[in-house]
Amino acid sequence: MTIYLLAAILLVSLSGFYIGKNRASALVVGARIQSLPQYHGLRIALWCGLPALFLLGLWVVLEPFVIQSLVRNSLPPEFFNLSGDEAILAMMEISNLSQGIVGTQSGLPYAEEAASLLISMNQLSDYAMIVVVSVVSLSALVVAQSKVTADFPALESVEKAFNVFIFLSSAVAVLTTVAIVLSLLFESFKFFEQVPLHEFLFGLKWNPQIAIRADQGASTGAFGAVPVFSGTLLIAFVAILVAGPIGLASAVYFAEYANPRVRDVAKPMLELLAGIPTVVYGFFAALTVAPLVRELGLSLGLAVEARSALAAGIVMGIMIIPFISSLADDVITAVPQSLREGSYAMGATQSETIKYVIFPAALPGIVGAFLLAISRAIGETMIVAMAAGLNANLTANPLENVTTVTVQIVVALIGDQEFDDPKTLSAFALGLILFFMTLILNVFALMIVKRYREQYE
Amino acid sequence: MNRGFSRTTGGKPLSSLNIRRQRAERRFRRIGLFGVGLALASVLFLLGTIFSSGYSAFWRLHFAVDIDFDPVLMNVSSDPSLEELRDVNYLALFRKNLERSYPEVKGRSERRKLAQMFSESVPDILESLVISNPSLVGSKQRIWVLSSSSAEMIYKGAAPRDIEETRRVLTDQQLTWLDQWQGENLTRTRFNFRFFTSGPSRSPELAGLGGAIVGSALTLLVTLLISFPMGVAAAIYLEEYAPKNRVSEIIEVNINNLAAVPSIIFGLLGLAVLLNVFGLPRGTPLVGGMVLSLMTLPTIIIASRAALKAVPPSIRDGALAMGASPMQTIFHHVLPLAMPGILTGTIIGLAQALGETAPLLMIGMFAFVADTPSGILDQASSLPVQIYLWAESSERGYVELTAAAIMIILVFLVFMNLLAVFLRKKFERRW
Repeated sequence: MTIYLLAAILLVSLSGFYIGKNRASALVVGARIQSLPQYHGLRIALWCGLPALFLLGLWVVLEPFVIQSLVRNSLPPEFFNLSGDEAILAMMEISNLSQGIVGTQSGLPYAEEAASLLISMNQLSDYAMIVVVSVVSLSALVVAQSKVTADFPALESVEKAFNVFIFLSSAVAVLTTVAIVLSLLFESFKFFEQVPLHEFLFGLKWNPQIAIRADQGASTGAFGAVPVFSGTLLIAFVAILVAGPIGLASAVYFAEYANPRVRDVAKPMLELLAGIPTVVYGFFAALTVAPLVRELGLSLGLAVEARSALAAGIVMGIMIIPFISSLADDVITAVPQSLREGSYAMGATQSETIKYVIFPAALPGIVGAFLLAISRAIGETMIVAMAAGLNANLTANPLENVTTVTVQIVVALIGDQEFDDPKTLSAFALGLILFFMTLILNVFALMIVKRYREQYE
Repeated sequence: MNRGFSRTTGGKPLSSLNIRRQRAERRFRRIGLFGVGLALASVLFLLGTIFSSGYSAFWRLHFAVDIDFDPVLMNVSSDPSLEELRDVNYLALFRKNLERSYPEVKGRSERRKLAQMFSESVPDILESLVISNPSLVGSKQRIWVLSSSSAEMIYKGAAPRDIEETRRVLTDQQLTWLDQWQGENLTRTRFNFRFFTSGPSRSPELAGLGGAIVGSALTLLVTLLISFPMGVAAAIYLEEYAPKNRVSEIIEVNINNLAAVPSIIFGLLGLAVLLNVFGLPRGTPLVGGMVLSLMTLPTIIIASRAALKAVPPSIRDGALAMGASPMQTIFHHVLPLAMPGILTGTIIGLAQALGETAPLLMIGMFAFVADTPSGILDQASSLPVQIYLWAESSERGYVELTAAAIMIILVFLVFMNLLAVFLRKKFERRW
């Protein structure tokens, strides 16, 4: 339905474009015109399309809410005596009936009647939508094309529309951030209505069991997120332990030692690591690294669990090597040559110069690079979802299995989602914490890097 | 750069301090080289693992079976109609033919073991053969059919052979059959076309990537259609129009931060807003593409801004001086010159989007969708999600499929990146 209407709007716009263009072209013969013919056409096309499209979108979004509340109000008073769940079930039955799905009948006497009301309202709404949208589009065509005169500034109108469009496009970034914060906050509030905030932040037990029977109650679930946070930090720590030295060593080598030919070949190869999808790392971790780590541990007489934090951390470390190496490479290269030459002039060797002059000078930038890498490691999902544990475990031993914030989000949302169940909602509370953790790390890191850059400019 | 600093000591005899310092220098240098080596070794190790466990999925083991399309066995008349042929129990036909070919196999469980050497798809293969060529009825044919995944794993060496029977995927008897058929030339391997065309399946030997590839393509199409115009528009605003005020500053800070928000958060946004508030259909390329385009936007905006900035102001001044409006200046002069850079950024953004898994999991693109999606409003899977699902399957046959799917996605990514490099090299202008 909507698709046909969309096509119709497009058709009206297109014909508006040609009408406007042709009328304006006809004017050219007689007089000098203010705007080129195609801008007259474009202006009419925009008038025919945009308001109608906006209306259509609004209609499609609002229609279900309006109709549902109308049907609800038409129901007899006994409906309003039903409890919350029963009322939802009754509404679902009505909507099923209206779609011709005859399932288990609960024998609500008014369901049939309400369903037929729903059907007729849906139909009415569809007809009304067609009429209103086409009237808007066509009347816009009539009004807009009457304004095609030699001195009408059509270009200016088109330009105004363009300016609005580009401003809105750049505002989408802000809207996205606002939407992220609001949606996470909203769902988290629902979560914290059921689970107290202090229990979530300081509780030591994480076991988001779903209540299978009603009498089990939600109390069987434990939502103390400390072990989840500790697991996240443990894996991120292992990752930094792997990626930090390797990334920094590569950065020093590329920036100070490597000859340009080697650098041109090896650096893109290293950056290849950043382009590999994380699900590939997850597979690599689960298939190769985890068994390897386990066997190595066993041969040393250590008990290593199959989904150890160590294996996930090592692979995550490999993933973030290119972040650290290319960021650190940039900051090391940005250290002014004069500092190096001063050091050489004092008789220092190259390694001494790097250790005692360049590192201290580049330290803020390197710290920034590390913070960005940590933020990346904390937010990474697929590696840990495939190679880390699913059960929360409060430990600092990397040979055991631990879980992470992102894994728990995935676990909570794969499968049945019920938006009144704390298990599902916990994903949003965890997401909120994750968002602010990474946001703070990023802002802080960018601030350090920026200040460092200004220092040497 | 001061290469080979130690050489500057020239002909003088080296003091012990200098020798120590030279050693430290060499050691330090070696540490750097070691770091690079370790990083590159892990790239090679990763790719090597994927390749060595995935290449075998591109061919499939087939067994030959002699099938007697006996009308009596099929329970049809000697000149059957299509209707009749459709109603035939082809599984029974296959089982009875196996009994004829291997009369020495006695007992129900033994026979079942024999049938388990073949793929579950055999009855379907027989049916389509007969339906497409009804004259087969009454004849005897040697037909090549897919082997079961377990037999194939042993054949390819992907599953261990020399272990006790209870832990092996095939029994001793089944192993003997496999060896026997190999000796009698009743086995052959063929390229696995099905891998590129069919959808997921519960049997590894039948599973393919076709649906996932189409799902990914549709999702990327939606991503491109949304993020490219909006990204370029935003870049034009920020680079060409935006006044230096607080609003512009807030927008800029936001774009930089969005680029670093974990992808799973975008998935949560899609779930809470697009699915729950706006009621868009779950697990469809439409929703997936919308979420991914929010993620791709910052990449495109940042790349497009750099490309616009690289166009010299004299171009704009020239156009404006000739009487072009600001919009005409941008569309006729600035944008065409910035296009190679913008396209490069867009392709790199799309390559990132192609590999994203977590946000798609959040919005429900993980359902077992057997059909190839035909539009952006159909439930669909996508390449990375399929990889995740296969990687989580416990059956051994899925390991090679996962690795092969990774090879496919890496091929796509390499291709996209090469295209980006090519665009940059070919069309980029330096001023």
